[in-house]
Amino acid sequence: MLRATLKKSDVTQWAARFGRTVAANTLPPLICAAILFLIWQIVFGRPGATLPSPLTVWREAQDLIIDPFFRNGPQDIGLGWRTLTSLQRVGIGFSFAAIVGIFIGAVIGQSIWAMRGLDPIFQILRTVPPLAWLPISLAAFRDSQPSAIFVIFITSIWPILINTAVGVRNIPQDYRNVAQVLRLNHFEFFWKIMLPSAAPYIFTGLRIGIGLAWLAIVAAEMLTGGVGIGFFIWDAWNSSRLPDIVVALFYIGIVGFVLDRIVGAVGSLITRGTSAS
Amino acid sequence: MPAYLKLDHISKTFRRGSSETEVLRDINLVINECEIVSIIGHSGCGKSTLLNLIAGLTPVTTGAVLLEDREVNAPGPERAVVFQNHSLLPWLTVYDNVALAVDKVFGSTKSRSERHAWILHNLDLVQMVHAKDKRPSEISGGMKQRVGIARALAIEPKILLLDEPFGALDALTRAHLQDSVMQIHATLKNTMIMITHDVDEAVLLSDRIVMMTNGPAATIGEVLTVGLERPRKRLELVADPDYIAARESVLRFLYERHSFVEAA
Repeated sequence: MLRATLKKSDVTQWAARFGRTVAANTLPPLICAAILFLIWQIVFGRPGATLPSPLTVWREAQDLIIDPFFRNGPQDIGLGWRTLTSLQRVGIGFSFAAIVGIFIGAVIGQSIWAMRGLDPIFQILRTVPPLAWLPISLAAFRDSQPSAIFVIFITSIWPILINTAVGVRNIPQDYRNVAQVLRLNHFEFFWKIMLPSAAPYIFTGLRIGIGLAWLAIVAAEMLTGGVGIGFFIWDAWNSSRLPDIVVALFYIGIVGFVLDRIVGAVGSLITRGTSAS
Repeated sequence: MPAYLKLDHISKTFRRGSSETEVLRDINLVINECEIVSIIGHSGCGKSTLLNLIAGLTPVTTGAVLLEDREVNAPGPERAVVFQNHSLLPWLTVYDNVALAVDKVFGSTKSRSERHAWILHNLDLVQMVHAKDKRPSEISGGMKQRVGIARALAIEPKILLLDEPFGALDALTRAHLQDSVMQIHATLKNTMIMITHDVDEAVLLSDRIVMMTNGPAATIGEVLTVGLERPRKRLELVADPDYIAARESVLRFLYERHSFVEAA
């Protein structure tokens, strides 16, 4: 009897604590968002405002907000579909960047001379804005689809490459000694020592890289056209559908946030236990 | 009896730009099979450099390391190293850390199940089977060092090199591990070279103690043979006159004749 009551109060206590934690983490952002929406509504709610207010967006772009996956025709599709098209391009470009970046980064990190020679060049190349690559890649590929993917690739490879190189350079001498005593060959060293040891650095690079890739795809699609979310914004601008643009911006922001969190979560899952102790 | 391991007129000079530092000069030493030899000296005298030279992790400047009359100048599994800071790979479990070594060295000569049994056998030698699925961060410093020893033993080295293996451990854990090393040596009769700065450890474990002079250009000052009977019991030795005499002569060497002059 006593035990049963104890147990019950335990459960309620636990529920209360869980509820408090959830509230503590979700309430502040919700309140802040509400305040921002309110300010936005007050500033742009007046007649003659240049930008739409939240209520106008809701009224005029309701179909886009409510159903992300409708298909009314070849060019009249939900923003979910457009986002997926963009994500596919990002996926291809980013995967190439990850593979090539990790591989070249590993090679460069192993050689002090390669590092000294190439690092300044990479530091310069990495500051070139994504769109500056677009004309060159259009000229080289003569097609918009591979050009957009190349822009993703060339934008996101630098942080991956540089971080991998730094991670490889920071492999503790102890691990190298272990590998030497066991006479691991280059291949075994790469898979068994280098990748796990440099994983925290590599994932930092991947996380920055995916952020840059998502920044670049919108800009690239604006110019290359097609189905993606970036082109949608350009198209909406040309036909003066400002509320649609606002909705698209929310999509881009949320998807970028989710991508960042996914890479971060995968990173902390894989590098769990990698930190030396 | 032919020399098992021979250090033949070894010297080591480190160059950094135009400046040269002679760390070791003219080291000559012969180590027999099944022997435990300690190398003792003040910090900075090049003990660890000497071990790295034997391991092949650092190249010698002049002279040669000969193992069974063959020169060795690169690292290899016949000279396993137990590193001071255990050097376990933190992303692998205890079992996988040993398995990495066993799979590499015996991958072609032992079957999968033989290797599995061999890994467990070696973990059992250091009493670590119970923690085989733990990661290094989840076990104590003494346990990590045990796993380091198991990894080194598991590749069946001709010679086991221990670089201040218990330096980072507390006194009680250290005593425990020293007993384990003596037990393992009693069973396997391995040849071991151990770097230490602990006089009691050197006398307790070794057949011979190599005492190094202070650097730069350190060399072997004196070699003391410890004739104590094995198995040695820590408690019985405390009052043993031979033990006390051996201990005294090492202490005299280190603190009277070659006391450390610079501020430590």
